[in-house]
Amino acid sequence: MGKLFAVAVTVITLISAALFVTHTWWLPPDISVLGRGIDGQITETMVFTGALFVAAQLALALFVWQSSDGVATRVIRSFPGGATFMVVFACAIVSIELVSLVFVGTKVWSSIYLDAAPANALHIDVQAGQFAFYFRYAGPDGKFGVPHPELIDEGNSNFFGLDPKNDTAARDDIISASLVVPVNQPVLLTMHSKDVGHSLFIPELRLQQDFVPGLVIPVHFTATGITKTEVVCTQLCGLGHYNMRAYVEVLSRDDFAKWLVDQAGQ
Amino acid sequence: MQKTMAPPSAARTGVWVAIAAITMSFAAYSSAMVIRQGPVPEWQHFRLPSILYLNTFVLVISSVTLELARRRVGGPFDSLGRVDLSQADAVRRRIVWLYVTLALGLLFLGGQYLAWTQLSAQGVFLATSPSSSFFYVLTAVHALHLLGGLAALTYALRSLRSDDGPRPVNVLGAAALYWHFMAVLWVYLFVILALWV
Amino acid sequence: MDTVSASITEHAPAAAHHHTAPTGWIRKYVFSLDHKVIGKQYLGLGLLAVCTGMALSWVMRYHLAWPDKAVPLLGLIAPKFAAGGVITPEFYLQVMTMHGTIMVFFVLTTAPFAGFGNFILPIQLGAEDMAFPRFNMMSFWVTFVAFAVLVAAFFIPDGPALSGWTAYAPLSAVGKASGPGEGLGQTLWAVSIAIFCIGQLLGSLNFIATTLDLRTKGMTFMRMPYSTWAWFITAIIALIAFSVLLPACVMLILDRVAGTSFFIPAGLVVSDTLQPHSGGSPLLWQHLFWFFGHPEVYIAIVPSFGIVSTILPVVCRKPHLGPRVLIGCMLAIAGLSYMVWGHHMFLSGMSPTSATLFSVPTLIITIPSAIVTLLWLGTVYGSKLRLTTAALFCLAFISVFVTGGLSGFFLSQPSIDTYLHGTYFVVGHFHFVMGVAAMFGIFAGTYFWFPKIFGRMMNETLGKWHFALTFIGVYATFMPMHWLGLTGNVRRYSSFPSDYMHGSLPLHRFITFSALFLGGAQLIFLVNLIWSRFRGPIAPANPWEASSLEWDTTSPPPFDNFGGVHPVVYHGPNEFGVASPRGDYVMQTDPPAAAAAV
Repeated sequence: MGKLFAVAVTVITLISAALFVTHTWWLPPDISVLGRGIDGQITETMVFTGALFVAAQLALALFVWQSSDGVATRVIRSFPGGATFMVVFACAIVSIELVSLVFVGTKVWSSIYLDAAPANALHIDVQAGQFAFYFRYAGPDGKFGVPHPELIDEGNSNFFGLDPKNDTAARDDIISASLVVPVNQPVLLTMHSKDVGHSLFIPELRLQQDFVPGLVIPVHFTATGITKTEVVCTQLCGLGHYNMRAYVEVLSRDDFAKWLVDQAGQ
Repeated sequence: MQKTMAPPSAARTGVWVAIAAITMSFAAYSSAMVIRQGPVPEWQHFRLPSILYLNTFVLVISSVTLELARRRVGGPFDSLGRVDLSQADAVRRRIVWLYVTLALGLLFLGGQYLAWTQLSAQGVFLATSPSSSFFYVLTAVHALHLLGGLAALTYALRSLRSDDGPRPVNVLGAAALYWHFMAVLWVYLFVILALWV
Repeated sequence: MDTVSASITEHAPAAAHHHTAPTGWIRKYVFSLDHKVIGKQYLGLGLLAVCTGMALSWVMRYHLAWPDKAVPLLGLIAPKFAAGGVITPEFYLQVMTMHGTIMVFFVLTTAPFAGFGNFILPIQLGAEDMAFPRFNMMSFWVTFVAFAVLVAAFFIPDGPALSGWTAYAPLSAVGKASGPGEGLGQTLWAVSIAIFCIGQLLGSLNFIATTLDLRTKGMTFMRMPYSTWAWFITAIIALIAFSVLLPACVMLILDRVAGTSFFIPAGLVVSDTLQPHSGGSPLLWQHLFWFFGHPEVYIAIVPSFGIVSTILPVVCRKPHLGPRVLIGCMLAIAGLSYMVWGHHMFLSGMSPTSATLFSVPTLIITIPSAIVTLLWLGTVYGSKLRLTTAALFCLAFISVFVTGGLSGFFLSQPSIDTYLHGTYFVVGHFHFVMGVAAMFGIFAGTYFWFPKIFGRMMNETLGKWHFALTFIGVYATFMPMHWLGLTGNVRRYSSFPSDYMHGSLPLHRFITFSALFLGGAQLIFLVNLIWSRFRGPIAPANPWEASSLEWDTTSPPPFDNFGGVHPVVYHGPNEFGVASPRGDYVMQTDPPAAAAAV
């Protein structure tokens, strides 16, 4: 039984490792400035943990294989180096990885969150609510209207609770059900939630951030490829959570400019 | 077949463990309060009812009377663990101070209730503002735990009156430890409420 | 309560105080003060809970694989929520919430800790019972009431909560407006968990006081079995963790029923209604919940560390490598577990700087985890394995703990978590460490201690079939979830209408087949349990030739555990592979050898 177990562990390990290494199921290609750093982290971690995974499982399989022949006269053997070796090995391995992963990782993390958005970033206001995303552009006047929760009226498409009668800046705000951005242009999203917690996830941009009711949270990104993809909600928000999504369109600069003009005209 | 019950030291260990747990739970409440009270416009500071100062004094005094009860006489037991009848007076005196402690404890709880009525008369209720919510929750949860302390002291009283041997002294010691903790906890809560509510 | 003291002669004039064995069915089996009965009650509750939780998972997995098909039989069992067996999105989430809540609280926190711990710990210490038997009895019945309150949500008109076992505010705090089940269902959830906290605190009180004060003569701390150490450490973790969850639940209940705003900010418009709350913080709930939630996963796994470390020397006939290091690592894990909670909140909107502050201890906690894994591997190296079912589950535990632990490496780095958060990668990770590794610890403990608890041996053939099918089944079920996560497949979805997730269906179907296969394999275990309980061969006192005190008494032990004798301990629990009158091991109570060993 022991040898059977050892074989099973080995087979499972090799199959799993192969499916990871061959990228049979893998991340979609990244089209963001952030993407390279994050993907690099993932690859490095995959190599490191993959090596440990294979080594540990094969060691287990080997030790079990060797120890399960049931020979009564076999003498037990202590692991060379004993517990001290284990402690030193574990500390060494983890410390090496700690240093490399955390140092590099911190740079990537800072570039996502701690660095401010570039001054020329296109500012888009995002609101999440049960169960849709709405995106607001400042319009030709370049100014956003002030949102008032008590004025929200979805039936009349006033998703943000704007007051165009009394608020001039609100009159030309563009509301879109899709996130449309120009390529190679930094974009700043200010995220707020209408009701409960939500989250925004755009896999190809390697971008994810929770919406927290009561807070306005800024994130920024730069898309590097023209595409149409999706943003989905990843924070459980109620029965419609599975269907809370929107399209993300990365357009060429010209196409984006055309789109803006179109929207402003409506 | 019989089982021997746990040694007397287990009661004190138990109380220390309970103190650790209760401390953590109040740490959770009070850290929540400290974090929330930042520059939030809805916080709405209000003045603590002045009776709270008196209540604090009463509770601290009750700790003193409890210590008087505990240490008054060095044990009314002879070397075989039997009640030393010549020390019956000492036992009686100890019991008196215990009654005083219980009365002060009840007085404290009454005073807390008065504080709540004073606040609600001013229109400050549980849900009025975050500050009032924390005030009511902290004082109510403390009062609930204090009730447990009263129950423990009552149990110690009964034990003193009917049990022999070292058991009543140990029960009283454990109950006293808990009671002193309740007093210290209240002083801490009073200070943070005074600072932030 | 007072009738209990009728059998406790605590007012007797004698110096020592005793309580006699109870008579009467209620006193013996229902409101028993005996830790052995209480342990069995907890194990029974755990068994009931795991069957319920597992059935709920089948409903979920069936729906994920065939979103448009009705679930067979479900329409009969739940005609109100799943008419005709069709699973609505809200019912999916309600089932998911109850699955997680039942499994985490009523299986993983009860069975390995309160279940085995209550039965075995006092005996391993040489004590007659726990320090506070009445509190112990209360702890079980309080836990049982908590379970009843939780399950009651299935029988109310709107059904159970749908906010997940994590119950994030404001979804869980604003009430009915946020979704079906968010009315009474969510309140029942919060009340149930609050009651559960109290039950666990009473239990932890007993474990800690008993370990500190009731060790028999010669049982120093360093001679305690590793399972005892693990339960003791778990009790300390639980004491602090549940003390924080209780206030969180109290505040959540107040937000829901008393109009307070601990977790609800101003200006929320839910279901077209402006909510009357203001001044609260949803992040506060997350901080409080995860301050409990992360130590909770160590509460789930540390008892299994102890169980594996206790069983391995017995089945390897060889001392555990580095026992002091093992104990030190368990203590380190306990301490560090309180410093890492923010790694569940990297993307929550809390300060990005604190993300790095949480990431570092999260990576550091892998050091003691890695060390204990290496110590187990080093113990298996060069051993003389006796491959009982318990042994197989211990060996498999090492395998699945490695797998689950390594996937955590990805999630502990904030920059990677930016992608993997909220995906099936997380689901795969926590199921491996909690749903598989901790369960394997429970299985190992069951196969190992069943003879001691019930006086009969379990069937080894059935055990080995159960093991083999389960081992294949868990990898087939949970490993593919990592791949789903890498593709960006989002969790907590009842189905996948998004364009980019359409391609995930084949893998989901494979997982469902594996899960149903895995569930079927557990029937072998159930049959074995029930059959052996009544018809298994009678067990000797020490069928495994183990060393700790529970094996030095009858199977099952007498009422006071040792038949009037107070055992004296001369050895630690780790003396295997040594020549002795018994063969190749020394029991803790054997007379001291010429070369006195600790």
